Amino acid sequence: MELLVSGASASLPRSRWLSLHAAAVFAFLYLPILVLIVYSFNGEGVGGFPPRHLTLDWYRVLFADSAIWDSVLKSLQVAFAAMAISLALGIPAALALDRAQFPGKALFRRLVLLPLILPGIITGLSLLMLFNVSGTKLGLMTIVLGHGTALISVATTEVFAGLQKLDRRQEEASLDLGANYWQTFWRITIPNLKLSIIGAALLIFTLSMDEIAVSFFLIGRDNTLPLEIWGRLRRGITPEINAVSTIIFGFSLLTIVLWYRLRARADSGLEGE
Amino acid sequence: MTTIDIAAAPLTAIAGAPTLLSIRNVAKTFGRNVVLRDVSLNIAEGEFLTILGESGSGKTTLLRIIAGFETPTSGEVWMGGERLDNQPPYRRRVNTVFQSYALFPHFTVEQNVAYGLRVAKRPEAEITQRVAEALDKVKMSAHAKSKPSKISGGQQQRVALARALVNRPKLLLLDEPLSALDANLRRQMQVELKSLQREVGIAFVFVTHDQEEATVMSDRIALLRSGELEQVTTPREIYSRPATAYVAQFIGHTNLLRGEARDGLVKCGALSWGAKLPDGPVLFSLRPEQIRIASGTQSTGAVRIEGSVVHQAFHGATELMRVECTGELVLTVRTSVMSPIGSRVTLEFFATDAVPVQESPERR
Amino acid sequence: MFSRTYRLVVTVPPLLWISMFLLLPYLLMFCYSFWSVSAAQTIVHVWNLDNYKELALKTVYWQTLLRSMWIAARVMLFSLLLGYPLAYFLSFYAGKRKDLLYQLVIIPLWVSYLVRAYAWKTILGSDGVLNTLLQYAHLTKHPLDFLLYSPFAVVLTLTHIYTPFTILPIYAALEHIPRNLVEASHDLGATPAQTFWKVIFPLSIPGVFAGATFAFVLSLGDFLAPLLLGGPSGIMISNIVVSLFGAAYNWPLGAAISLCTLVLVVSLLFFSERLEKKWSFS
Repeated sequence: MELLVSGASASLPRSRWLSLHAAAVFAFLYLPILVLIVYSFNGEGVGGFPPRHLTLDWYRVLFADSAIWDSVLKSLQVAFAAMAISLALGIPAALALDRAQFPGKALFRRLVLLPLILPGIITGLSLLMLFNVSGTKLGLMTIVLGHGTALISVATTEVFAGLQKLDRRQEEASLDLGANYWQTFWRITIPNLKLSIIGAALLIFTLSMDEIAVSFFLIGRDNTLPLEIWGRLRRGITPEINAVSTIIFGFSLLTIVLWYRLRARADSGLEGE
Repeated sequence: MTTIDIAAAPLTAIAGAPTLLSIRNVAKTFGRNVVLRDVSLNIAEGEFLTILGESGSGKTTLLRIIAGFETPTSGEVWMGGERLDNQPPYRRRVNTVFQSYALFPHFTVEQNVAYGLRVAKRPEAEITQRVAEALDKVKMSAHAKSKPSKISGGQQQRVALARALVNRPKLLLLDEPLSALDANLRRQMQVELKSLQREVGIAFVFVTHDQEEATVMSDRIALLRSGELEQVTTPREIYSRPATAYVAQFIGHTNLLRGEARDGLVKCGALSWGAKLPDGPVLFSLRPEQIRIASGTQSTGAVRIEGSVVHQAFHGATELMRVECTGELVLTVRTSVMSPIGSRVTLEFFATDAVPVQESPERR
Repeated sequence: MFSRTYRLVVTVPPLLWISMFLLLPYLLMFCYSFWSVSAAQTIVHVWNLDNYKELALKTVYWQTLLRSMWIAARVMLFSLLLGYPLAYFLSFYAGKRKDLLYQLVIIPLWVSYLVRAYAWKTILGSDGVLNTLLQYAHLTKHPLDFLLYSPFAVVLTLTHIYTPFTILPIYAALEHIPRNLVEASHDLGATPAQTFWKVIFPLSIPGVFAGATFAFVLSLGDFLAPLLLGGPSGIMISNIVVSLFGAAYNWPLGAAISLCTLVLVVSLLFFSERLEKKWSFS
């Protein structure tokens, strides 16, 4: 009862220092990116203050750059494939953690979540050794396997959270009415998890598009977008990179807003039609 | 009658006790939601006052305004000659027992109780002594070193009580503290709380939706409905002389008789009796225990009516019977005489027992 | 309620995959660390402790490890100092804007690591935005050298990247604190400041441990920021590993270092988890 009306008044009275600090931290987080965006329009290239001679030239160069577009295509392919793998394995893993008891469950849980917190280099290198020993040639396939494995943890965490919100009784009702486990899974469980799965898919897609640490070691002849950018960075800075970074930022922004909307709908109990 | 009239009625049951807290025309709105409208109430020192109401009546909001977690949209609260509503909660000499107890999980029972004293930087020796005393009063001394997660709900509630009382507040607020307990424990705690209050002599303001609880424990009851006070008086008064139909129905069972008064005569359907009331529509509250099965000759001032029993509910020592009477009147009667369903009975009550009450129109 | 078949179907595929693509690779790394590389640049599968001896004896590895840990520690510290007050502000003071501001914290996480590291590179360079700005404002006459290609640049960039990582678990822990505890504390006479130190902060400690661990562990194993911005004085342990798998071609030694890092990280996670449990009160 007492929490009914406490919503707005759960905030304490204004604190000036705290607000200032918050603003400063946000500035710290966003200014570098804003600088990047501004300078992508700068005629004189990267660096130098103040920016002069605004132009779209760098974007023109970017759009004509076929190597970049090739790598974008490759990245997309990898991202979709990784998404498929992560979901195909992450959803059962979440179900297993939620419903099954088996020896070594705690270890399993830790292993699944480990790539989330482990520096990418360890995941990348260990997989490299696997591919080396098994004689697998490095290429897009190996990158897909790397991303897919590393991102299972993302799928599992999202779906597991969704499972916690799932009303177990719906599944019980379904079984009671004569549906078997497989039918219940497809008719009841999955639709209820729809929002979690889509959210996970978006997140996995974005993380895969940006992934560089693991990809670094598993790359063959084809470059993904981040690796392509990386290669150019080694050679020298051009504002074209600012342009592509700005576009990447734009897409990330879109994706996260989308993801957030979905999350909000899931939390408010509305299951999408 | 306005709220002020209701509140100005018997101000204290503790004869002559001075006013401790004065709530003056307090209103509270959340966005477009009006939760309290023009509430005025005086609380006397040492009294046990219950704010009674349904969910949504605004009782918790009123309590929170006294505690300081909400500020009134308009109106003022005064305590001891000083304005209270513009003070933050940590400067008020008011303490609260929360509905969910709100014990600090990272402190032991002892540390929880000592919290207010420590924050006030009292000397260690004093803290130790007062905490021990408080725990003893609520019979939780044996659990002093336990953590809240390890004790039962009833025990947590006692700790919450001790934590509040140890600070010797001028006023103790209790927000439905017994609602989470099972029936037997609840009854036991009602008795303990009442005697505790008598012992410490501090004014208690108790919030609940349970009218039986309010009747058992309080010196006075303030019945709140949709943000306005319906009646503020002793349990006995509120039961035998409810001010409105809502009060009559909220506290205990009642029969509402609607009728018309004309030239000193009242007509309610097939019933009629003499009453000195101004002409116009009237509404009466008649308690089930004031109706009995007639026997012998009709006494003076008694009213009789015939009907047949349609429903019985066993209530232990008595029964609650529903009787369909002439003129489409259905009366609820409390009697110890069992009459089978369908049997014809003659009912009787004294005209003076029918208390006139005000209509209670629908409120938003 | 769930049949045995259901549970098998749900458990076995991920288990198999994890074993093959997570466990097995670690095992292989373990094995590699005991092998050596021949003069002909091939891997010799002879079991020995040479790699570990090399690591234990050569100071360059210890120095780099310590430098990496020092950088990681600073990143952790700054992330906490920047992140905790923001998380606190978000949870207790943000009111209606809480959701929006939370999104603003998450957005940088979704922006490419590379993009953000690159942004700092352009800002900190001697021709970069910061230097030219300072000169333009007549605050300095010459470009400041230490800004780029130094541990400073690495710490700055990694703090920028990992502060949101730190904010999230702290925010989650703060959100978890029942608001009636804050009210109870005020009710008992504690000011907001006292309430923070006595009630809110202690209950948020598990989140602090989680956030600190994220920042420390991820910074420790980072190799991209040092490569881009660290210069010779900013080399970290993972950079050595990268070169051993690249130009310096010595996979077994690289595996040995990786394994040590893995063990170090897992131990840190283990201890952090123990501490989190100890400080958890719900």
